[in-house]
Amino acid sequence: MSDAITSPAGPGQANEFYDLAGHHHPQQGTLLGFWIYLMSDLLIFAALFAVYGVLGRSYAAGPGGADLFDLELVAVNTALLLLSSITYGFAMLSMQQRKVGGVLVWLAITGLFGLGFLGIELYEFSHLVQQGAGPQRSAFLSSFFALVGTHGLHVTFGIIWLAVLMVQVGKYGLGPENRRRLMCLSMFWHFLDVVWIGVFTFVYLMGVL
Amino acid sequence: MSLPNDPHAHSHDHGHDHHDDHDDAAHGSLRDYVTGFILSVILTAIPFWLVMGKVFADPGVTTLVILGFAAVQIVVHMVYFLHMNPRSEGGWNMLAMIFTTVMVVIILAGSMWVMYHMNANMMPVSPHDMRNMP
Repeated sequence: MSDAITSPAGPGQANEFYDLAGHHHPQQGTLLGFWIYLMSDLLIFAALFAVYGVLGRSYAAGPGGADLFDLELVAVNTALLLLSSITYGFAMLSMQQRKVGGVLVWLAITGLFGLGFLGIELYEFSHLVQQGAGPQRSAFLSSFFALVGTHGLHVTFGIIWLAVLMVQVGKYGLGPENRRRLMCLSMFWHFLDVVWIGVFTFVYLMGVL
Repeated sequence: MSLPNDPHAHSHDHGHDHHDDHDDAAHGSLRDYVTGFILSVILTAIPFWLVMGKVFADPGVTTLVILGFAAVQIVVHMVYFLHMNPRSEGGWNMLAMIFTTVMVVIILAGSMWVMYHMNANMMPVSPHDMRNMP
């Protein structure tokens, strides 16, 4: 491909459009690719949000958001996720200073916040199911479990990824590969926090209004 | 895409290494993260307070206000945590995000608009009619 590009003007005679030296290439193809994955993931969430938006008031004579949601629990959950966002940020700062110990400690703290978030969410889900408000109760609850459950599943996989990366960093240090992986997980983690903003606003806060 | 002995491939690799370090340095500072965190704590606390404290009597007003806060907080997260700016990855990050935002708006607004009108304009169907559907 580069041959075909270079032939008209000859090598070195850079045409404005063809960037032969790679200056205008995406700085790191992996990060851009991962970003595009995140954007496609966002479309999945958009579809689930749309489903919730359409069905969120179809209670089928069952309980609604105001009866079910415990906002204090959601506030704690939101705080946990927000804290995990900044602790991941601190891990990235340690990474920039090439401090393996710092990265591992901050990643561990991030993982614990993530586990706390998941624990509270699972408690909430089991509580709802016990009350007879499981996903099969109404269209509202089906779409609620689908949306919040998908987010929780993402957090679960994020925690697994985080644990694997901690092993990698502990074993191989902070080479370019591991730095790149940490940056990808950083985007994933912050992205989940962004989606959670939508969830707590659109589902929980608007649900009890 | 390029052969192993292609001179461009070599310079390209160099470029990568160089960019790697460069990118590292540009990847957010303590100040960025702390600013983002404080802003998002404020932007989270206010909507929760508005809803839990029942500050506005009209739920419609509350809805609009908390949606506004959510939109601002999403931008804060994008800028301070995801380090979004028009220059990252040569602008492709931003382009992909703008495209996705347009898609998300179409999906959300479109579905809700269409389904609302379906709900409002369909003839009511009784369970009895439903059972005799072809």
